[in-house]
Amino acid sequence: MSIQVDHVTKRFGAFVVLNDVSLHVQEGELVALLGPSGCGKTTLLRILAGLEKPDRGRIFLHGTEATNRRVTERRVGFVFQHYALFRHMTVAENVAFGLTVQPRSLRPSAARIQERVRELLTLVQLQAMAGRYPSQLSGGQRQRVALARALAVEPKLLLLDEPFGALDAKVRKELRRWLRRLHDELHITGILVTHDQEEALEVADRVVVMHQGNVEQIGTPDEVYEHPASPFVCQFLGDVNMFHGRAVQERNFPALPPLPDGELVAPVGTVDEREITFVRPHDLDLNRNRMNPAQVEAIVRYVLTAGSRVRIELIAQDSTQAIEVELTKERYRELNLREGEVVFVHPRRRQVFKILRS
Amino acid sequence: MKSLSITSTKDLLWKDSLTTESPLIRRLLIGTALLYLTFFLFIPLAAVFAEALKDGIVAYVESLLNEDALASIRLTLLVAAVAVPLNALFGVAAAWAIAKFDFVGKQILITLIDMPLAVSPVISGLIYVLLFGLQGWFGPWLADHDIKIMFALPGIVLATIFVTVPFVARELIPLMQSQGREEAEAAITLGASGWQMFVRITLPNIKWSLLYGVILCNARAMCEFGAVSVVSGHIRGLTNTMPLHVEILYNEYNAVSAFAVASLLTLLAVVTLAVKAIVERKTHFPTIVADPMSEVQTGSIR
Repeated sequence: MSIQVDHVTKRFGAFVVLNDVSLHVQEGELVALLGPSGCGKTTLLRILAGLEKPDRGRIFLHGTEATNRRVTERRVGFVFQHYALFRHMTVAENVAFGLTVQPRSLRPSAARIQERVRELLTLVQLQAMAGRYPSQLSGGQRQRVALARALAVEPKLLLLDEPFGALDAKVRKELRRWLRRLHDELHITGILVTHDQEEALEVADRVVVMHQGNVEQIGTPDEVYEHPASPFVCQFLGDVNMFHGRAVQERNFPALPPLPDGELVAPVGTVDEREITFVRPHDLDLNRNRMNPAQVEAIVRYVLTAGSRVRIELIAQDSTQAIEVELTKERYRELNLREGEVVFVHPRRRQVFKILRS
Repeated sequence: MKSLSITSTKDLLWKDSLTTESPLIRRLLIGTALLYLTFFLFIPLAAVFAEALKDGIVAYVESLLNEDALASIRLTLLVAAVAVPLNALFGVAAAWAIAKFDFVGKQILITLIDMPLAVSPVISGLIYVLLFGLQGWFGPWLADHDIKIMFALPGIVLATIFVTVPFVARELIPLMQSQGREEAEAAITLGASGWQMFVRITLPNIKWSLLYGVILCNARAMCEFGAVSVVSGHIRGLTNTMPLHVEILYNEYNAVSAFAVASLLTLLAVVTLAVKAIVERKTHFPTIVADPMSEVQTGSIR
């Protein structure tokens, strides 16, 4: 089912949760709504499910308007962060619930329901747990039951509200791979709300980055990671170093072309327009000699060698700003760095944003 | 299983705990408590039955089968049969509204529900006299239309309802608040109608607390004296509930009959306590299981 969100605005009191949000999701796509807590992503998901009503704007499901359609008529599967399993029912009864509440004329026979429950529990690999109660399951198992329950009514749209948020890191990783495989098998349109950028980038076909009720950027994981449209997106998707400076030339759009090679900060006073340069830690290199007047001189403060790459924390000589650099082990050995040494920071890639004066 | 293991480890810890007092102090404290209970609870309770059976079992049964006594029992049962279901209904509705929705005046509603507990029952009765009595606000109108509320069944029922309003609602509000609305929302997204959601999700989740509230409400409804006394008019065989009947008999120096009827109320109290103890165990079992902390813990074990 395709989804069209058309200029949706939602307020809670004076607080604007969603500010004129528009969005299109194609049939069969898995889209992640990504943003910090309070950015409006869950509210948007609940509006799509029909659990909240937008103050303004319209929702189209499969091409027809559904803004005022009731929850029960939307045919959406909703998976909650805290599972929301029916605690007084067994796993099998939970999964069967959506089928047993259907009007008698549409309801499958008891035998057919049982068969369907078995199929779904096989799908989520919990056949052995059919007779257990939710309290007897682990968090990961509970969320899989919740997913099976949502899938039982054959929804046209699957909405997942931070489905792995309450699970520990390892289970979370397992489950999101499993969810991706499941999505590839079922080809159901899905929207996943998350504040975990790794999760969004790994699972989704497209990522919608949200911030303070606005959509900051919509794009494939590669697009939003490699070509962030705003400073916020750049900062939110992974670690980043920030360098303040001045633009080389004046432009009218927020993202400027990169600085001349190797320069981190534009020469002061060249143009009267301030800008910020973002560089990811792994896009920075260190040199013992200055190669360019605009490079930042810094002192090595800590070296963390645990893990697959070496993380180095430096302090800029002139601004005392902390800089984080990630090097490969080879490069680190080659440089033979020691704490307290003075080095020059050299960017390989960066994002430059002009600060728009309001 | 889970709750069993929890209580048993607690018991073990209790024995060896550093906070346990020395045997002497323990015995002293327990002894004091027992002595206190004996004087203020057990002896009066035993006295009720002893007085009731003073003239033998025949006199006891006879005083219970007396026409006025039977009438008072019937009336008490009838009043409870009306008041308790109404308050159960109101309690569920109020708890639902308070726990699941945000609305203006929510705090006022919560306070209002608690009011009957703070107001003296006699005042509760007087409120109805002021409203429906002959000199009351609606008194003349009711008299014109030949509707009897004061010194009749409707007045007794109203006063009883007023006094017993808080019991079910107060039991359910914290429970329903802690359960949140996610399960209900899940049911709706799965296609359940409002009624299906209530019957299949909400009710099973609150049933033990609801029963607990109903038991307390019933006990209070049957034993209410003050409020009912003001509005009943004490007409023998007509508007006397059991507590009022006890008082009348006692004032007439008919101690055996008075204590016989009182013993019935006492039995009701004992049965209520027993059922309450059983239900309490049931209500506490699922809250242990549903504790969010334990969910997190089991979640990480896997």
